[in-house]
Amino acid sequence: MYRYDEFDAAFVADRVAQFSDQVKRRLEGELTEDQFRPHRLMNGVYLQLHAYMLRIAVPYGTLSARQMRKLAFIAREFDKGYGHFTTRQNLQFNWPALKDIPAVLTHLAEVEMHAIQTSGNCIRNVTADHFAGAAADEIEDPRPYAEILRQWSSIHPEFTFLPRKFKLALTGAPADRAAIQVHDIGYQLTKNASGETGFIVYVGGGQGRTPMIAHKIKDFLPVGDLVAYTQAIVRVYNLDGRRDNKYKARIKILVHEMGLEKFMDAVEAEFAAMNKQELKLPQAEVERIQAYFAPPALPSKSVRSEALEARRATDKKFASFVENNVSPHKAPGHGVLTISLKAIGAIPGDASAEQMEAVADLAEKYAHDEIRVSHEQNLVLPHVALDDLPAIYDELVKHKLATANIGLISDIICCPGLDYCSLATARSIPVAQRISEHFGEGARAAEIGAMKIKISGCINACGHHHVGHIGILGLERKGVETYQITLGGSGDETCSLGDITGPGFSEHDIVGAIETIVDTYVAQRRGAGEDFLTAYRRLGMAPFKKALYERDKGADI
Amino acid sequence: MPQIVSANRLTDGIVVFLGQGDQWVENFRSAALLADKPALEAGLARAQDAVRANIVVEVAPMDVAETPHGLEPKHIRDRIRAEGPTVRLDHGKQAAHGA
Repeated sequence: MYRYDEFDAAFVADRVAQFSDQVKRRLEGELTEDQFRPHRLMNGVYLQLHAYMLRIAVPYGTLSARQMRKLAFIAREFDKGYGHFTTRQNLQFNWPALKDIPAVLTHLAEVEMHAIQTSGNCIRNVTADHFAGAAADEIEDPRPYAEILRQWSSIHPEFTFLPRKFKLALTGAPADRAAIQVHDIGYQLTKNASGETGFIVYVGGGQGRTPMIAHKIKDFLPVGDLVAYTQAIVRVYNLDGRRDNKYKARIKILVHEMGLEKFMDAVEAEFAAMNKQELKLPQAEVERIQAYFAPPALPSKSVRSEALEARRATDKKFASFVENNVSPHKAPGHGVLTISLKAIGAIPGDASAEQMEAVADLAEKYAHDEIRVSHEQNLVLPHVALDDLPAIYDELVKHKLATANIGLISDIICCPGLDYCSLATARSIPVAQRISEHFGEGARAAEIGAMKIKISGCINACGHHHVGHIGILGLERKGVETYQITLGGSGDETCSLGDITGPGFSEHDIVGAIETIVDTYVAQRRGAGEDFLTAYRRLGMAPFKKALYERDKGADI
Repeated sequence: MPQIVSANRLTDGIVVFLGQGDQWVENFRSAALLADKPALEAGLARAQDAVRANIVVEVAPMDVAETPHGLEPKHIRDRIRAEGPTVRLDHGKQAAHGA
């Protein structure tokens, strides 16, 4: 993985010193809250419902065991023994004291981590496919390019005060696991007819109160132009994006209001006028960065693992774990293992210090020291030998990390909601917990099959509800929590935004409503091979609406 | 409707409530009950003094009801602020006072 060079180390150290001084001056009263707030936000420190919250960047979701152990240490020493992995592949601590944050940042810098640009109107943590460098369907590892963009965007003087936040995501595979079409810019690696590598470029996607799917603005951008073209897009946005209304300040609104053609013309004009020599990525530099992400030297193995098959034949739970949590790896005899942070009834994305350490130990012992955080709030060991899966599974069981539900109905994305977040209008976690407990990870969940439920506690959509197969949005109506349901959303390469079913449901009724939707789907699907999303796209809203809103009138579901 | 005044303590962000005099207390049940508009305005003025003195930030009044069990915040958001996350009863104020 990427290692800081002298410049990176000095940059982070300088920033820690600078922010530590700002905290000191704030605590001594030299800075007012109004003066201090922009500084703390630029360093990932929010003030939430109960306490400060510190959001730590995990660039493109990649962590080493050492870094994960440091997060566990911080959770124990400076927080309440746990952290929350987010939909931007970051980690949030819910209870740090402001006075301790300089010490926390110093600890993070020791393991080449920081909280810079995890908040504020700047280019945020760059995300990538959590299976990058391992997935069988990948063209190329997107992380070297994500790292190049991270370096370019870190305190970029032109782009530190954008109209609003700006999010980049990259994927190296045609199967989109990084939700690139709901990002400000999404890059998908591709090959042209001559076999050269480049990017398909998407712009203007996003969720929040005005969800929009990104527009494809380029079929092939040569790799060397990545930084120049990104700069052209962000410059057009920075100059022309609205600053009069924060709800209309994202690039998606600019693209919408300018019109796609005019926007594309502006980007192309900016790109044409640019000094390309200055921003052209030298091939040698790309290769230097790529070397950091070189795949581990995996031993040659046969496709079939006898150890795995023997255990699978006698242990149903293990068989289910392999079936649901292991994805194909590039290398024969290996797999990509997703560790669920969605134990039945647990808080999605939360991990205790002990669990973080258990994953760190496994990564070191069995997985070439690599861990990924997925935007779906799970952890991934990207390179594991199938032969080792029985031993890894046994260890995960001890730490309540062996839930076999990846991609199933209880693998729910969920924002912190009103239990923690000052922006939230309703609680989201208890809804996720009850749905998880209702459907579980057993036969019922298996019967339902692939299902992505995503829950947000307000219209800002941190829980990605717009792209949930079933999306749930928590709102407040006359002082009471109410939950609006959307159906048919998807964040993958077939990206779509969910349709609202109709009036919302009370906290009491929401699980029953999900049950009704699931029953309707199971009754009307063309066999178990037709997953919920496919069935919804065929059936449309009508049967679900009827089942949800006419059941009290005696409708037969 | 009676109100109390809430804020977050500057040093650690913990939710605190304006008590008697210039005291800030962690348990909302010990907060000074401000029964009418003049009392609330006087409370908010004291709270703003504490903001200027860098003791607290984010001052906000909180509607409360007087119940047989004592004061209760009226709105769910305020109840969660006053007690702690409903999904982690081992954290927040509820952990300390067994609510």
